Amino acid sequence: MTTRESIGIVARKLDRELVVCTTGYTCRDMQACSDRPGNFYMIGSMGLAASLGLGVALSKPGARVVVFDGDGAALMGLGNLPAIGALAPANLIHVVFDNEVFASTGNQPTYSGAVSLDRLASAAGYRQVARAGTPEELSQAWDKIDHGAGPAFLLVKCRPDEGPPAERVRLEPEQITERFMEAVNAS
Amino acid sequence: MSEAASGAAAGAPAVLGQSSTLRINKTRKDGSAELRAAGAPAAAPAAVFLKALRARGFNFFTGVADSTVASLISELGPEYLSATREDLAVGMASGAYLAGRRPAVLMQNSGLGYCLNGLTSLNLIYKIPLLLIVGYRGYQGKDAPEHLVMGAHCEQLLREVGIPVFVPERDGLEESLAAADEALLREKIPAAIFIRPGVL
Repeated sequence: MTTRESIGIVARKLDRELVVCTTGYTCRDMQACSDRPGNFYMIGSMGLAASLGLGVALSKPGARVVVFDGDGAALMGLGNLPAIGALAPANLIHVVFDNEVFASTGNQPTYSGAVSLDRLASAAGYRQVARAGTPEELSQAWDKIDHGAGPAFLLVKCRPDEGPPAERVRLEPEQITERFMEAVNAS
Repeated sequence: MSEAASGAAAGAPAVLGQSSTLRINKTRKDGSAELRAAGAPAAAPAAVFLKALRARGFNFFTGVADSTVASLISELGPEYLSATREDLAVGMASGAYLAGRRPAVLMQNSGLGYCLNGLTSLNLIYKIPLLLIVGYRGYQGKDAPEHLVMGAHCEQLLREVGIPVFVPERDGLEESLAAADEALLREKIPAAIFIRPGVL
Protein backbone atom coordinates (compact mmCIF):
# COMPACT_ATOMS: atom_id res chain seq x y z
CA MET A 1 0.00 0.00 0.00
CA THR A 2 1.58 3.26 -1.08
CA THR A 3 1.17 6.50 0.81
CA ARG A 4 -1.10 8.01 -1.83
CA GLU A 5 -3.23 4.86 -1.91
CA SER A 6 -3.64 4.96 1.85
CA ILE A 7 -4.52 8.66 1.79
CA GLY A 8 -7.12 7.84 -0.86
CA ILE A 9 -8.67 5.08 1.26
CA VAL A 10 -9.23 7.43 4.18
CA ALA A 11 -10.24 10.32 1.91
CA ARG A 12 -13.06 8.26 0.39
CA LYS A 13 -14.49 7.63 3.86
CA LEU A 14 -14.69 11.29 4.78
CA ASP A 15 -17.94 13.19 4.97
CA ARG A 16 -17.94 16.60 6.60
CA GLU A 17 -14.71 16.24 8.56
CA LEU A 18 -12.22 19.08 8.75
CA VAL A 19 -8.87 17.70 7.60
CA VAL A 20 -5.53 19.32 8.38
CA CYS A 21 -2.83 18.02 6.03
CA THR A 22 0.85 18.22 6.87
CA THR A 23 3.41 19.80 4.60
CA GLY A 24 4.83 18.24 1.43
CA TYR A 25 3.36 15.39 -0.54
CA THR A 26 0.61 14.80 2.01
CA CYS A 27 -1.09 18.06 0.96
CA ARG A 28 -0.52 17.32 -2.71
CA ASP A 29 -1.76 13.74 -2.50
CA MET A 30 -4.88 14.80 -0.61
CA GLN A 31 -5.58 17.53 -3.16
CA ALA A 32 -5.27 14.92 -5.92
CA CYS A 33 -7.41 12.33 -4.09
CA SER A 34 -10.14 14.60 -2.77
CA ASP A 35 -9.93 18.38 -2.91
CA ARG A 36 -12.62 19.74 -0.61
CA PRO A 37 -13.25 22.99 1.30
CA GLY A 38 -12.73 21.25 4.63
CA ASN A 39 -9.10 20.47 3.73
CA PHE A 40 -6.48 22.73 5.23
CA TYR A 41 -3.31 22.35 3.19
CA MET A 42 -0.51 23.36 5.53
CA ILE A 43 2.21 23.74 2.92
CA GLY A 44 4.92 24.92 5.34
CA SER A 45 5.45 24.86 9.12
CA MET A 46 6.43 21.21 9.31
CA GLY A 47 5.49 19.58 12.61
CA LEU A 48 2.58 21.89 13.38
CA ALA A 49 -0.29 20.06 11.66
CA ALA A 50 -1.29 18.16 14.79
CA SER A 51 -1.12 21.28 16.96
CA LEU A 52 -3.19 23.20 14.42
CA GLY A 53 -5.71 20.36 14.35
CA LEU A 54 -5.73 20.37 18.15
CA GLY A 55 -6.58 24.08 18.16
CA VAL A 56 -9.42 23.55 15.70
CA ALA A 57 -10.76 20.55 17.63
CA LEU A 58 -10.71 22.36 20.98
CA SER A 59 -12.37 25.44 19.50
CA LYS A 60 -15.03 23.60 17.55
CA PRO A 61 -16.13 20.62 19.67
CA GLY A 62 -19.08 19.94 17.38
CA ALA A 63 -16.89 19.31 14.34
CA ARG A 64 -14.95 16.18 13.52
CA VAL A 65 -11.31 17.07 13.02
CA VAL A 66 -8.81 14.81 11.29
CA VAL A 67 -5.06 15.39 11.04
CA PHE A 68 -3.17 13.81 8.16
CA ASP A 69 0.38 13.68 9.46
CA GLY A 70 3.57 12.08 8.20
CA ASP A 71 6.10 10.13 10.23
CA GLY A 72 8.78 12.79 9.80
CA ALA A 73 6.40 15.57 10.81
CA ALA A 74 4.97 13.57 13.71
CA LEU A 75 8.47 12.89 15.02
CA MET A 76 9.37 16.57 14.59
CA GLY A 77 6.25 17.61 16.51
CA LEU A 78 6.46 14.87 19.10
CA GLY A 79 5.49 17.34 21.81
CA ASN A 80 2.03 17.37 20.25
CA LEU A 81 1.29 13.88 21.54
CA PRO A 82 1.19 14.63 25.27
CA ALA A 83 -0.66 17.91 24.63
CA ILE A 84 -3.34 16.08 22.66
CA GLY A 85 -3.46 13.26 25.21
CA ALA A 86 -3.81 15.68 28.10
CA LEU A 87 -6.22 18.17 26.56
CA ALA A 88 -8.06 15.19 25.07
CA PRO A 89 -10.44 16.63 22.48
CA ALA A 90 -12.98 13.85 21.86
CA ASN A 91 -13.46 15.02 18.26
CA LEU A 92 -9.86 14.64 17.03
CA ILE A 93 -8.44 11.80 14.93
CA HIS A 94 -4.70 11.89 14.31
CA VAL A 95 -3.70 9.77 11.32
CA VAL A 96 0.00 9.25 10.63
CA PHE A 97 0.87 7.95 7.18
CA ASP A 98 4.14 6.28 8.05
CA ASN A 99 6.35 5.43 5.09
CA GLU A 100 9.53 5.71 7.19
CA VAL A 101 11.03 8.39 4.94
CA PHE A 102 10.96 12.11 4.23
CA ALA A 103 9.24 11.37 0.92
CA SER A 104 8.87 14.98 -0.25
CA THR A 105 12.61 15.62 -0.16
CA GLY A 106 13.86 12.39 -1.74
CA ASN A 107 13.05 9.50 0.61
CA GLN A 108 15.70 10.13 3.25
CA PRO A 109 15.01 7.78 6.19
CA THR A 110 13.27 8.87 9.38
CA TYR A 111 13.45 7.05 12.73
CA SER A 112 9.90 5.73 12.55
CA GLY A 113 11.20 2.24 11.71
CA ALA A 114 12.89 2.20 15.10
CA VAL A 115 10.08 3.60 17.20
CA SER A 116 6.42 2.60 17.48
CA LEU A 117 4.51 5.83 17.01
CA ASP A 118 1.27 4.10 18.02
CA ARG A 119 2.81 3.05 21.33
CA LEU A 120 3.98 6.61 21.88
CA ALA A 121 0.41 7.76 21.28
CA SER A 122 -0.90 5.21 23.77
CA ALA A 123 1.61 6.36 26.36
CA ALA A 124 0.64 9.97 25.68
CA GLY A 125 -2.97 9.29 26.55
CA TYR A 126 -4.82 8.97 23.23
CA ARG A 127 -8.10 7.21 24.01
CA GLN A 128 -8.11 4.99 20.92
CA VAL A 129 -5.04 3.72 19.08
CA ALA A 130 -4.95 1.52 16.00
CA ARG A 131 -2.45 0.40 13.39
CA ALA A 132 -3.01 -0.68 9.78
CA GLY A 133 -0.67 -2.08 7.15
CA THR A 134 -2.95 -3.15 4.30
CA PRO A 135 -5.91 -1.53 2.53
CA GLU A 136 -8.31 -3.92 4.27
CA GLU A 137 -6.83 -3.23 7.70
CA LEU A 138 -6.95 0.50 7.06
CA SER A 139 -10.56 0.41 5.95
CA GLN A 140 -11.57 -1.66 8.97
CA ALA A 141 -9.49 0.39 11.40
CA TRP A 142 -11.11 3.62 10.21
CA ASP A 143 -14.58 2.14 10.46
CA LYS A 144 -13.89 0.99 14.02
CA ILE A 145 -12.92 4.43 15.30
CA ASP A 146 -15.55 5.85 17.62
CA HIS A 147 -15.57 9.41 16.31
CA GLY A 148 -16.87 11.05 19.45
CA ALA A 149 -14.55 9.25 21.85
CA GLY A 150 -11.14 10.54 20.91
CA PRO A 151 -8.54 11.63 20.69
CA ALA A 152 -7.85 8.71 18.38
CA PHE A 153 -4.56 7.79 16.74
CA LEU A 154 -4.29 5.72 13.59
CA LEU A 155 -0.87 4.62 12.39
CA VAL A 156 -0.84 3.68 8.72
CA LYS A 157 2.25 1.75 7.68
CA CYS A 158 2.74 2.35 3.96
CA ARG A 159 5.49 2.65 1.40
CA PRO A 160 6.59 5.72 -0.54
CA ASP A 161 5.01 6.27 -3.95
CA GLU A 162 7.11 5.92 -7.07
CA GLY A 163 6.89 8.05 -10.17
CA PRO A 164 6.05 11.72 -10.44
CA PRO A 165 4.58 13.46 -7.40
CA ALA A 166 1.07 14.88 -7.39
CA GLU A 167 0.55 18.46 -8.49
CA ARG A 168 1.49 21.29 -6.12
CA VAL A 169 -1.29 22.84 -4.08
CA ARG A 170 -3.15 25.13 -6.46
CA LEU A 171 -4.73 27.58 -4.03
CA GLU A 172 -2.81 30.49 -2.58
CA PRO A 173 -2.32 30.19 1.21
CA GLU A 174 -4.75 33.01 1.90
CA GLN A 175 -7.40 31.26 -0.21
CA ILE A 176 -6.85 28.07 1.76
CA THR A 177 -7.50 30.02 4.96
CA GLU A 178 -10.68 31.61 3.64
CA ARG A 179 -12.07 28.41 2.19
CA PHE A 180 -11.30 26.41 5.33
CA MET A 181 -12.86 29.01 7.63
CA GLU A 182 -16.04 28.89 5.58
CA ALA A 183 -16.04 25.10 5.90
CA VAL A 184 -15.57 25.43 9.68
CA ASN A 185 -18.53 27.80 9.85
CA ALA A 186 -20.66 25.35 7.90
CA SER A 187 -19.65 22.35 10.01
CA MET B 1 12.91 26.77 32.02
CA SER B 2 13.91 26.51 35.68
CA GLU B 3 16.12 29.56 35.25
CA ALA B 4 13.33 31.34 33.46
CA ALA B 5 10.93 30.56 36.25
CA SER B 6 13.12 31.95 39.00
CA GLY B 7 15.15 34.80 37.61
CA ALA B 8 12.56 37.46 36.90
CA ALA B 9 13.71 40.19 39.18
CA ALA B 10 16.87 41.24 37.39
CA GLY B 11 15.37 44.06 35.40
CA ALA B 12 12.35 44.74 37.53
CA PRO B 13 13.35 47.67 39.73
CA ALA B 14 14.30 49.85 36.78
CA VAL B 15 10.81 49.54 35.32
CA LEU B 16 8.85 49.50 38.52
CA GLY B 17 10.77 52.29 40.16
CA GLN B 18 8.99 54.76 37.94
CA SER B 19 5.74 54.24 39.76
CA SER B 20 5.02 55.43 43.26
CA THR B 21 2.05 53.10 43.65
CA LEU B 22 4.26 50.06 44.05
CA ARG B 23 5.56 48.45 47.13
CA ILE B 24 7.46 45.32 48.01
CA ASN B 25 5.09 42.95 49.73
CA LYS B 26 6.95 39.69 49.57
CA THR B 27 10.54 38.58 49.54
CA ARG B 28 11.57 35.47 47.71
CA LYS B 29 13.85 32.75 49.03
CA ASP B 30 16.72 34.08 46.95
CA GLY B 31 16.33 37.53 48.46
CA SER B 32 14.86 39.17 45.36
CA ALA B 33 11.68 41.10 45.72
CA GLU B 34 8.33 40.28 44.26
CA LEU B 35 6.64 43.51 43.40
CA ARG B 36 2.95 44.09 43.24
CA ALA B 37 0.75 47.11 42.85
CA ALA B 38 -0.59 48.50 46.08
CA GLY B 39 -4.29 48.77 46.67
CA ALA B 40 -7.19 46.54 45.76
CA PRO B 41 -6.36 43.17 44.16
CA ALA B 42 -8.53 44.06 41.18
CA ALA B 43 -5.98 46.70 40.19
CA ALA B 44 -3.22 44.14 39.64
CA PRO B 45 -1.68 44.90 36.23
CA ALA B 46 -2.27 41.40 34.89
CA ALA B 47 -5.95 41.57 35.80
CA VAL B 48 -6.29 44.96 34.14
CA PHE B 49 -4.48 43.71 31.05
CA LEU B 50 -6.60 40.57 30.89
CA LYS B 51 -9.74 42.68 31.11
CA ALA B 52 -8.47 44.72 28.17
CA LEU B 53 -7.72 41.53 26.23
CA ARG B 54 -11.19 40.19 26.89
CA ALA B 55 -12.75 43.50 25.89
CA ARG B 56 -11.09 43.02 22.50
CA GLY B 57 -12.46 39.54 22.20
CA PHE B 58 -9.38 37.45 22.94
CA ASN B 59 -10.69 34.11 24.07
CA PHE B 60 -8.04 31.47 23.42
CA PHE B 61 -4.82 31.51 25.42
CA THR B 62 -1.93 29.11 25.06
CA GLY B 63 1.83 29.26 25.34
CA VAL B 64 4.83 28.23 27.37
CA ALA B 65 5.27 29.84 30.77
CA ASP B 66 7.68 32.66 31.53
CA SER B 67 8.09 34.48 34.82
CA THR B 68 7.37 37.86 33.20
CA VAL B 69 3.90 36.71 32.13
CA ALA B 70 3.27 34.37 35.09
CA SER B 71 0.80 36.78 36.66
CA LEU B 72 -1.28 36.77 33.47
CA ILE B 73 -1.21 32.96 33.39
CA SER B 74 -2.42 32.96 37.01
CA GLU B 75 -5.25 35.34 36.12
CA LEU B 76 -6.28 33.06 33.27
CA GLY B 77 -6.40 29.95 35.44
CA PRO B 78 -7.57 26.81 33.64
CA GLU B 79 -8.43 28.83 30.53
CA TYR B 80 -4.69 28.94 29.77
CA LEU B 81 -3.65 25.86 27.80
CA SER B 82 -0.03 24.95 28.34
CA ALA B 83 1.87 23.92 25.22
CA THR B 84 4.91 21.67 25.16
CA ARG B 85 6.93 24.09 23.02
CA GLU B 86 6.35 27.59 21.73
CA ASP B 87 5.95 26.65 18.06
CA LEU B 88 3.29 24.12 18.99
CA ALA B 89 1.48 26.92 20.83
CA VAL B 90 1.61 28.91 17.60
CA GLY B 91 0.12 25.93 15.76
CA MET B 92 -2.61 25.43 18.33
CA ALA B 93 -3.50 29.12 18.40
CA SER B 94 -3.58 29.20 14.60
CA GLY B 95 -6.06 26.33 14.58
CA ALA B 96 -8.16 28.17 17.13
CA TYR B 97 -8.22 31.24 14.87
CA LEU B 98 -9.35 29.14 11.91
CA ALA B 99 -12.17 27.86 14.10
CA GLY B 100 -13.33 31.37 14.93
CA ARG B 101 -11.47 32.22 18.12
CA ARG B 102 -9.23 35.18 18.91
CA PRO B 103 -5.98 33.64 20.15
CA ALA B 104 -3.06 34.97 22.14
CA VAL B 105 0.23 33.11 22.64
CA LEU B 106 2.31 33.67 25.75
CA MET B 107 6.00 32.83 25.86
CA GLN B 108 9.50 33.88 26.81
CA ASN B 109 11.51 35.47 24.01
CA SER B 110 13.82 32.42 24.07
CA GLY B 111 10.93 30.58 22.38
CA LEU B 112 10.79 32.93 19.41
CA GLY B 113 13.43 30.97 17.54
CA TYR B 114 11.26 27.86 17.65
CA CYS B 115 8.34 29.90 16.36
CA LEU B 116 9.95 31.57 13.36
CA ASN B 117 9.16 28.82 10.87
CA GLY B 118 5.53 28.72 11.93
CA LEU B 119 5.19 32.50 11.95
CA THR B 120 6.79 32.90 8.52
CA SER B 121 5.56 29.83 6.62
CA LEU B 122 2.13 29.66 8.24
CA ASN B 123 0.84 32.82 9.89
CA LEU B 124 2.31 35.50 7.64
CA ILE B 125 1.42 33.84 4.34
CA TYR B 126 -1.95 32.35 5.35
CA LYS B 127 -3.01 35.61 7.04
CA ILE B 128 -3.60 33.99 10.40
CA PRO B 129 -3.25 36.73 13.02
CA LEU B 130 -1.93 35.94 16.48
CA LEU B 131 -1.26 38.17 19.44
CA LEU B 132 2.15 37.24 20.84
CA ILE B 133 2.70 38.22 24.47
CA VAL B 134 6.41 37.75 24.91
CA GLY B 135 8.48 37.91 28.05
CA TYR B 136 11.38 40.22 27.28
CA ARG B 137 14.37 38.61 28.94
CA GLY B 138 17.83 40.05 28.49
CA TYR B 139 16.52 43.57 28.00
CA GLN B 140 19.44 46.01 27.83
CA GLY B 141 21.85 43.23 28.74
CA LYS B 142 20.60 42.90 32.29
CA ASP B 143 19.85 39.24 32.77
CA ALA B 144 21.35 35.78 32.98
CA PRO B 145 23.81 34.87 30.19
CA GLU B 146 21.41 32.60 28.31
CA HIS B 147 19.09 35.56 27.70
CA LEU B 148 21.56 38.11 26.43
CA VAL B 149 21.86 37.30 22.71
CA MET B 150 18.13 36.90 22.14
CA GLY B 151 17.51 39.87 24.42
CA ALA B 152 19.66 42.03 22.19
CA HIS B 153 18.08 40.94 18.91
CA CYS B 154 14.53 39.71 19.49
CA GLU B 155 12.79 42.95 18.54
CA GLN B 156 14.70 43.22 15.28
CA LEU B 157 14.25 39.52 14.59
CA LEU B 158 10.48 39.87 14.43
CA ARG B 159 10.47 43.26 12.70
CA GLU B 160 12.81 41.86 10.06
CA VAL B 161 10.21 39.30 8.98
CA GLY B 162 7.39 41.83 9.12
CA ILE B 163 5.89 41.30 12.57
CA PRO B 164 5.20 44.51 14.50
CA VAL B 165 6.66 44.72 18.01
CA PHE B 166 5.53 46.87 20.91
CA VAL B 167 7.47 47.32 24.16
CA PRO B 168 5.19 49.10 26.59
CA GLU B 169 5.68 50.54 30.03
CA ARG B 170 3.06 49.39 32.47
CA ASP B 171 0.88 52.43 31.86
CA GLY B 172 1.17 51.91 28.10
CA LEU B 173 -0.05 48.33 27.99
CA GLU B 174 -3.51 49.10 26.68
CA GLU B 175 -2.18 51.51 24.09
CA SER B 176 0.23 48.86 22.80
CA LEU B 177 -2.57 46.32 22.81
CA ALA B 178 -4.70 48.65 20.72
CA ALA B 179 -1.89 49.16 18.21
CA ALA B 180 -1.08 45.43 18.04
CA ASP B 181 -4.74 44.60 17.62
CA GLU B 182 -4.98 47.01 14.74
CA ALA B 183 -2.27 45.03 12.92
CA LEU B 184 -4.10 41.81 13.68
CA LEU B 185 -7.42 43.08 12.42
CA ARG B 186 -6.28 45.19 9.48
CA GLU B 187 -3.39 43.13 8.10
CA LYS B 188 -4.28 39.73 9.57
CA ILE B 189 -0.69 39.16 10.68
CA PRO B 190 0.85 38.35 14.05
CA ALA B 191 1.91 41.20 16.32
CA ALA B 192 3.99 41.03 19.47
CA ILE B 193 3.82 42.83 22.79
CA PHE B 194 7.09 42.41 24.66
CA ILE B 195 6.68 42.36 28.41
CA ARG B 196 9.72 43.42 30.40
CA PRO B 197 10.10 42.02 33.92
CA GLY B 198 7.85 43.93 36.27
CA VAL B 199 5.46 45.34 33.69
CA LEU B 200 2.72 42.80 34.41
